[in-house]
Amino acid sequence: MPSLPDVGTPILQVPAAEGSRDQHMVLNMGPQHPSTHGVLRLVLEIDGEIVVRLYPEIGYLHTGIEKTCEAKFYQQVVPLTDRVDYLGPMNNNLAYSLAVEKLLELEIPEKAQWLRVLLSELTRINSHLIWLGTHAMDIGALTVFLYTFREREDLLRIFEMVSGQRMMTSYIRPGGLALEPPLGFFERVQTFITNFPEKIDEYSNLLTGNPIFVNRLKGIGHLSGEDALALGVTGPVMRASGIDFDVRRDMPYSSYEKFQFAVPVSNDCDVWARYVCRLVEMRESVKICQQALDGMPEGPIRADAPKIILPDREAMKTQMEALIHHFKIVTEGFPVPAGEVYQSIESGHGQVGYYIVSDGGPKPYRVHMRYPSFADLQALETMCQGRLLADVVAVIGSIDIVLGEIDR
Amino acid sequence: MPEPKPTLTGKAAVLEALPDHPAILAIHGWNAEAITDAKFDRGELALTISKDEIRGACSALMAGGYNAFQDVTAVDWFPSVPRFQVVYHACSHKFKDVVRLKVLVDEGDATVDSITPVWPGANYYEREVFDLFGIRFEGHPNLRRIMMPEEWKGHPLRKDYPVEGYR
Repeated sequence: MPSLPDVGTPILQVPAAEGSRDQHMVLNMGPQHPSTHGVLRLVLEIDGEIVVRLYPEIGYLHTGIEKTCEAKFYQQVVPLTDRVDYLGPMNNNLAYSLAVEKLLELEIPEKAQWLRVLLSELTRINSHLIWLGTHAMDIGALTVFLYTFREREDLLRIFEMVSGQRMMTSYIRPGGLALEPPLGFFERVQTFITNFPEKIDEYSNLLTGNPIFVNRLKGIGHLSGEDALALGVTGPVMRASGIDFDVRRDMPYSSYEKFQFAVPVSNDCDVWARYVCRLVEMRESVKICQQALDGMPEGPIRADAPKIILPDREAMKTQMEALIHHFKIVTEGFPVPAGEVYQSIESGHGQVGYYIVSDGGPKPYRVHMRYPSFADLQALETMCQGRLLADVVAVIGSIDIVLGEIDR
Repeated sequence: MPEPKPTLTGKAAVLEALPDHPAILAIHGWNAEAITDAKFDRGELALTISKDEIRGACSALMAGGYNAFQDVTAVDWFPSVPRFQVVYHACSHKFKDVVRLKVLVDEGDATVDSITPVWPGANYYEREVFDLFGIRFEGHPNLRRIMMPEEWKGHPLRKDYPVEGYR
């Protein structure tokens, strides 16, 4: 076993960056600080009010999800993925399901794919709403939080309606979806997306013209496009740095190639650009939802694979064969052909990647989850160096971190 | 339904079938000996790189158009020899493609060259692999545990590390 390297706070080991050490102060921020969006601890070296260096210390929320996955059947991993990025459960389910389906080489019916797109976009709106509310609250605009959570409540009720759960949905599963959407579901989504653009205007009215908000955001947290790519930053943060890439458009999955939508890109590279990009993204998500509702195909919501997908309750109680399949799947799982796949999708925060290795058994040999916040956190020092301490809070808000997906 | 893609195994078969793949062009053009094995499966290309060449291969890949770093992780094939497989993913915005590089690492000498000098974004990912698998990365600027407490013993994602109970 290799020996461990020296441990300790790195700032105390590395000589001071510039100037005399005596003038610099080491400040600890978090892990219980309200603006760190969870249990993020930052060790800051500051010179007066200027940030000289910044080290994120993470791991407070580490639950070993990747290890747990190795001990579960493929279908039992789905609820674990909900808990990784707890603001975008459907996107996690989708990424995992797509990866397993790639291993199984399973064809998914069109209706299931379109419903996945619809739910994935609603999840994106949900995730962006929480970002907007908490980001504005960090800056000091408390009101927006109440409005965004009002709309989030509608979304959570939609999720509850379709999956029975508000947050930990586990609705998208390998092979299709868990249940048919209930009666009145599409009308409810329609009502939501008809009203939602006005709500975005409402947030925009509160923030975009607000001089305090604008001054706190413009020109801070600069991240160049080259830095963003080198540091592995993806999603709205990367697009706000002028890199025009969206997995939904450029490497489409789950029939995203059939939808028309714009990808907002900004060359301003600052916190304000990220705010604008995300607001536009919400409007584009509404458009995708509308297209999905208008063109929703008919058909089954699960693939025709009785040895992989649990049978309907009714079939299970009346048909011997369905009962056998049900028993086998629940007790033994289903074998997945050996191989390895990597599936990327675009979640609310950026590019999510699931790397799954199968050894041919009913349990995944290895599940690795690549989540965008983990990479974004590395860019925090670049964005904050040489700037004011007070801006750190705005920058953390702008990269929209979720500690659940960083620590896993 | 996309047309099924054939599975190609072995360096010779992949090089013959996909001579124009940008990742192969980049790495093969840089050093023909660096690729020791290759596989094209389910539409994904995986190249096994000899252990000493990984940093150079990543530079060549970046120069060849794979501009966005994605991921570093590892797989423990205990009790096989070599035990570990370090896995790198890089994405190309230009070619709209993801390529996978693999390095095989022995347990006795669980050390790989760090690719953080090439892609600064690999920093945390390599720390994570070090923390959870115990693979060391030569030339990493700050190789410390990242998830587990600093005084932790053992590496949880190794296959001989129990899922439940005390280590």
